[in-house]
Amino acid sequence: MMASTYNAKDEDGHITVAGPGGGTLRSRKPENTAFKQQRLPAWQPILTAGTVLPAFFVIGLIFIPIGIGLYVTSNNIKEFEIDYTGVDMSSPCFNCSQNFSWNSTRPCTCSIPFYLDQPYESNVFMYYGLSNFYQNHRRYVKSRDDSQLNGDSEALTKPSKECEPYAFHDNKPIAPCGAIANSMFNDSLELFYNDPNGTKVQIHLMKTGIAWWTDKHVKFRNPGGNNPNLTVAFQGTTKPVNWRKPVYELDSDQENDGFINEDFIVWMRTAALPTFRKLYRIIQKKKDMVLTLPRGNYTLEVVYNYPVRSFEGRKRMILSTISWMGGKNPFLGIAYITVGSVCFFLGVVLLIIHHKYGNRNNSADISN
Amino acid sequence: MAFWRRKAHIEKERHVKANAREYNDKFSYADNHIKTSKYNIFTFLPINLFEQFQRVANAYFLVLLILQVIPAISSLSWFTTIVPLVLVLVITAVKDATDDYFRHKSDRQVNNRQSQVLIRGSLQNEKWMNVRVGDIIKLENNQFVAADILLLCSSEPYGLCYIETAELDGETNLKVRQALTVTSDLGDVSKLNDFDGEVICEPPNNKLDKFTGTLFWRDNKYALDNEKMLLRGCVLRNTEWCFGMVIFAGLQTKLMQNCGRTMFKRTSIDKLMNTLVLWIFGFLICMGVVLAIGNTIWESWIGRNFQVFLPWDASQDSAVFSGFLTFWSYIIILNTVVPISLYVSVEVLRLGHSYFINWDRRMYYSPMNTAAEARTTTLNEELGQVEFIFSDKTGTLTQNIMVFSKCSINGQPYGDVYDEFDQKVEITEKTACVDFSFNPLCDRRFKFYDGSLVEAIKLEDAAVHEFFRLLALCHTVMPEEKSEGHLVYQAQSPDEGALVTAARNFGFVFWARTPETITLYEMGHPVTYQLLAILDFNNVRKRMSVIVKNPQGQIKLYSKGADTIIFERLDPSSEDLVFTTSEHLSEFAGEGLRTLALAYKDLDEDYFEVWMKKLLFVSTLIENREDQLAVLYEEIEQDLKLLGATAIEDKLQEGVPETIACLNLADIKIWVLTGDKLETAMNIGYSCNMLRDDMNEVFVISGHTLLEVQQQLRSAKEHILGLSRVSSAGSVEKTDTFADDSVFEETIIAEYALVINGHSLAHALEAQLKHVLLDVACLCKTVICCRVTPMQKAQVVELVKTQKRAVTLAIGDGANDVSMIKTAHIGVGISGQEGMQAVLASDYSFAQFRYLQRLLLVHGRWSYFRMCNFLCYFFYKNFAFTLVHFWYGFFCGFSAQTVYDQWFITLFNIVYTSLPVLAMGLFDQDVNDQNSLRYPSLYKPGQQNLLFNKRQFFLCTLQGLGTSFLLFFIPYGAFSVMVKEDGSQFSDQQAFAVTIATSLVIVVSVQIGLDTHYWTAVNHLFIWGSVTVYFAILFAMQSDGIFGIFPSNFQFIGAARNCLSEKSVWLVILLTTVVCMVPGLAVSFLRVDLFPTLTDKVRHLQQCRKRQGPQEQNLRRVRRTSSRRSAYAFSHQQGYGELITSGKNMRMSSVSAAPSAGKSPHSSNWIENMLKRKNEVSCISDENMEASKGNKAIQTPDQHTV
Repeated sequence: MMASTYNAKDEDGHITVAGPGGGTLRSRKPENTAFKQQRLPAWQPILTAGTVLPAFFVIGLIFIPIGIGLYVTSNNIKEFEIDYTGVDMSSPCFNCSQNFSWNSTRPCTCSIPFYLDQPYESNVFMYYGLSNFYQNHRRYVKSRDDSQLNGDSEALTKPSKECEPYAFHDNKPIAPCGAIANSMFNDSLELFYNDPNGTKVQIHLMKTGIAWWTDKHVKFRNPGGNNPNLTVAFQGTTKPVNWRKPVYELDSDQENDGFINEDFIVWMRTAALPTFRKLYRIIQKKKDMVLTLPRGNYTLEVVYNYPVRSFEGRKRMILSTISWMGGKNPFLGIAYITVGSVCFFLGVVLLIIHHKYGNRNNSADISN
Repeated sequence: MAFWRRKAHIEKERHVKANAREYNDKFSYADNHIKTSKYNIFTFLPINLFEQFQRVANAYFLVLLILQVIPAISSLSWFTTIVPLVLVLVITAVKDATDDYFRHKSDRQVNNRQSQVLIRGSLQNEKWMNVRVGDIIKLENNQFVAADILLLCSSEPYGLCYIETAELDGETNLKVRQALTVTSDLGDVSKLNDFDGEVICEPPNNKLDKFTGTLFWRDNKYALDNEKMLLRGCVLRNTEWCFGMVIFAGLQTKLMQNCGRTMFKRTSIDKLMNTLVLWIFGFLICMGVVLAIGNTIWESWIGRNFQVFLPWDASQDSAVFSGFLTFWSYIIILNTVVPISLYVSVEVLRLGHSYFINWDRRMYYSPMNTAAEARTTTLNEELGQVEFIFSDKTGTLTQNIMVFSKCSINGQPYGDVYDEFDQKVEITEKTACVDFSFNPLCDRRFKFYDGSLVEAIKLEDAAVHEFFRLLALCHTVMPEEKSEGHLVYQAQSPDEGALVTAARNFGFVFWARTPETITLYEMGHPVTYQLLAILDFNNVRKRMSVIVKNPQGQIKLYSKGADTIIFERLDPSSEDLVFTTSEHLSEFAGEGLRTLALAYKDLDEDYFEVWMKKLLFVSTLIENREDQLAVLYEEIEQDLKLLGATAIEDKLQEGVPETIACLNLADIKIWVLTGDKLETAMNIGYSCNMLRDDMNEVFVISGHTLLEVQQQLRSAKEHILGLSRVSSAGSVEKTDTFADDSVFEETIIAEYALVINGHSLAHALEAQLKHVLLDVACLCKTVICCRVTPMQKAQVVELVKTQKRAVTLAIGDGANDVSMIKTAHIGVGISGQEGMQAVLASDYSFAQFRYLQRLLLVHGRWSYFRMCNFLCYFFYKNFAFTLVHFWYGFFCGFSAQTVYDQWFITLFNIVYTSLPVLAMGLFDQDVNDQNSLRYPSLYKPGQQNLLFNKRQFFLCTLQGLGTSFLLFFIPYGAFSVMVKEDGSQFSDQQAFAVTIATSLVIVVSVQIGLDTHYWTAVNHLFIWGSVTVYFAILFAMQSDGIFGIFPSNFQFIGAARNCLSEKSVWLVILLTTVVCMVPGLAVSFLRVDLFPTLTDKVRHLQQCRKRQGPQEQNLRRVRRTSSRRSAYAFSHQQGYGELITSGKNMRMSSVSAAPSAGKSPHSSNWIENMLKRKNEVSCISDENMEASKGNKAIQTPDQHTV
């Protein structure tokens, strides 16, 4: 109420005041700009029933359909998972898991039969899943040398200190260095369809197209430029301790060998959580067949190289189809439905509270 | 102050020898150089860095930086800490440097003032800073005194000189100082050069009214006291020149000693922030410990077995040691809970708020061309929390201008203006003034609006003429003719000046006086009156009279004084007139004017002769002279005839009562601390509406002893408490403790006021009474302390500050306010007046008291509001950001793996989220300025500290914690099984990091959007811009190009592209955002809807108004109701009558006639009398009395020889 005790002449324009020296002093009157006078035009939203309650209802009405859509989509995705760790005595891989030794020359194989009770249409993706495997441990995560993996020749011979203790072996630099590369998943999985007529048909598994394009083409590069001879390029380095063969023998295909081997790239993209799955192979839909994997009996043949029993890890093989939203993921659908319903419900509750107790005319009783 | 530290021994006695620099140098006294700055060019860097690292936060980040260098611990790259740290240090250093630069500048300005120093027999111009103790310096009229000097001689007779001490004690009336008789004839340079007296005196102290010392010269001892000292800060007036010897210089002058220690002021939010930062440290360490234990357990259960793929380091051979290292690693990655950019951002905000204060046109005072200035940029939000204001009176509340505004003559009131309908017209700037052009001798600055008075003069109304004749004759003003026809009055009280000036303008010009005559120009004709006697003023008489003989030979007594006193002595014949005049007087008093009643009496010549003889006899008496004189005066001042009454306006500054009323509505308590007299202070209290007649009681504490004061305070307290809680009357006795009473404080409805005198205050401030004082004072609505010294002002402020734990603000304009300005949390200086000491010591300065309202209610409130919102959001943001790492710890083997990209961590606080919150902190307004002023109650949340306190902090960190939880676990749920749309793996760390980071940026941006009340274009730009910049930087940092250059620093190549092209990622981000926002939105909606605060209501109202269009502001004037009271020329001092009749204060030429023999006993020791009387009034301690007695003993023989 005292706002207007100011002199009206304060509001006049600039006034120059004669200074004691006789000259005119510059007026120190502040400029009359909206910014300096804090009168910038502004939108001043306030929370009223008229804005908040509709927002809740709108959120509810949008989220519930999305949630239902996601849930249905997720349910339509077919997924099959098989644990082949070999923990149980009855498991076919029990023996392999028991007599594991890094240096064994003869690989241990085991085959696991399974039955798909639904046919799989379109492309089917084959994942390997590891549990209790801490790919996100700090010391593990940093144990790599991105320069080396990017084909830097200097880093190839002098791996970063981060790679310790997997930087040198027998005084030779390890390529690729570090704990991640050293622990690369090296089971090989093969899938056979047991035809009802008794023949075993091997299903063709695609090795490429499983890594991110940027990884394959930008982040990972073989040393030595375009030199096709990787053996030369990797000369003077040694293979990681746990590996059975050097990096340049990962694949016979030139485009999938060395650092740009896609299995390697996929492994090097460390998982965020200790239970994860990584894409292993793609089973492409054949043009002439409707079903990629028909219903029936299958056998998974595993060359059991990868030890996980010591830390109670689990290995799984997963077959899955995908949809517009990726793989099977019931979480999002459920979450959306829940949040949508809660918002709607909250909107109703707030509406009731507002009607019963709300202060609809809250400007009437301002007192000083 | 540095001087004191250097000095090992404490000075017990000071020896100063005139004109002997070598001798004085031995003692290494402080020179006259003043230094308030902190650094110079060379010491700046080390001292500033040292100071900055004393800040807990900065030191903490330094430690972090060191930790990050250790490879086993380092969980983040070094740049994540050093970039913000360097930024913080640089910004702070730049700010400190600028601050100090301005201090240097002002120091230099003061130190380089010129003064004339006697060096080797000649006067030389020297800078102030080169003046040294023992120097003899020459001062000229209107110059500031450069140091504390002993007056040696002056241009005036008897070594008198006049000084104005406004800078020291705020009183503007002139004071007389007199040199020792032996030195007063040292009038020329050669004599002064030979002067080799030595002064031995007390060491430097802060007592302005006390000085004891002895001058040894030519084998004689002369006692020195305060009456011979000119203190630094005084201004020489009406004295052509004077010489003095420097006794104290620079920091040891009484002025500087009174300035108090320069304290580094911190706001309560600052302190709270420091506490909170410590809490966060604690919290951080707790988290570190939890995670470290987790790590130990993990390593020994899982990690030990996982060594196939992740062997332990050679150095790290046990799980416990790994846990220990992890602790430090987590301290590093969780360091962002202690927001380093917080301090910088806070500084930036405060700087911005300060600029808004500087830019405010509504605090610009055009007559002085002064804009408001925030001189300290660190206290703004405290302006929104002020509970106590301590105000000076003179120059702060009042303009220190007395204006003759109304009068009542012979039952006829003058002064109001009426329009043609007989309605009273409010006098404004535009009202036409009375034209005084008929009078060539008029003072043009004098304004009067009622033309009827001039008519009455022109009609030669006898009463009116007699009225103004009285005003022109009955006073102690000295006239001075500056140039031909240009008269200047030297009034020792501004009230008298106003009255004499009024008479002058109405045609009764007081022209000249000698000890025996007064010459007036009555309507243009010179008339000389014989001045027969001055019956001087004193506090008991409350009146003064003169007896004059006019040219016709009639002897008349003219008297003016307090109405009650005059009315008692009136002739019964004026009874009717008394009645009407009383009515007018109450009317005047009701308007807050100071009133005087005027009366006269015709004297019979014979009767006067007899009386005069008695008077002469009595004045020669030695014993009981005072009392006898009083009886004699009383005898003749009887059967007076009433002439009328005058009303003087002690002009308040514009808008003062309104401002005070408004601040009172905002629950701010205003205490007036003034050096003025009790009556003056109370009068102003009434006219400012601080004291009102409808108050239940006004307690006046004026006891002289501790016991008396205690008694008065106790009874006041019992009175208040007894009335308001009759039921618990029995417990009143036991309520000495402070805590006890605070319960009842709130329940006191009755209004009380406390007026306390300086000498009582001295007792009341002692340890055993100060609690009682504080209790009583806080129970009262209004507190006025009068006759207080600068140090007492500071003590009062200190008392409230420490005991009440409330934010205090001190406002003043003079050097006497400096100590209180420095002591209070916030010091405000009124600028534009003479002297800049207060302004220089202040934190804020402006030209008018009324701007305080805007400073507090608008700027302070906004600053506080903005700062609180800013802090809440800041802590929220940092918790939400950082604690994600904590949750992730449970899923990554407690290995201190970060969730985000390192670059994101580096840039989050300084790039992605800093600008929107800064924009909010700078521009946000919940309620616009007009409404802030219209509803002063909006200020209360600040005083109660509601917007940001520990509870609020807890709530916003809780919100941050919740957000971080959702930010982590919603993507966690989604990512545990997620694959890309092309089937490739997707639950990798980098996609996870990008998703969470993006969600985080969006969530905090939406949150700031919800927290922003005032969306200016800048807010839009910054909020949308920040999100855009986030995406731009994200894609740039994860592009092929930058990876090609630094492959090992930008490992996230392609993550953003792969991640953000997924629909499911966007679904996760949307979900996270909505889930994070909904609870907060619901809660704040319910709060506004069910329990709206005043702010919410006003906002709502404002919204409605805006839709309806602007409305007229309703103007409400504060009504004053007040009963009649009168006060005789309040700032008057006794003794001037005697001074005039003795002729001592007149130039030799004008007193050419030798004083008549009859008056010689009168004049022999007038100055002593004056001193004595002054001592009675100002209650100087015993030693001083003795000193002046001793002084008398030495002086008296000399005086007779004059």
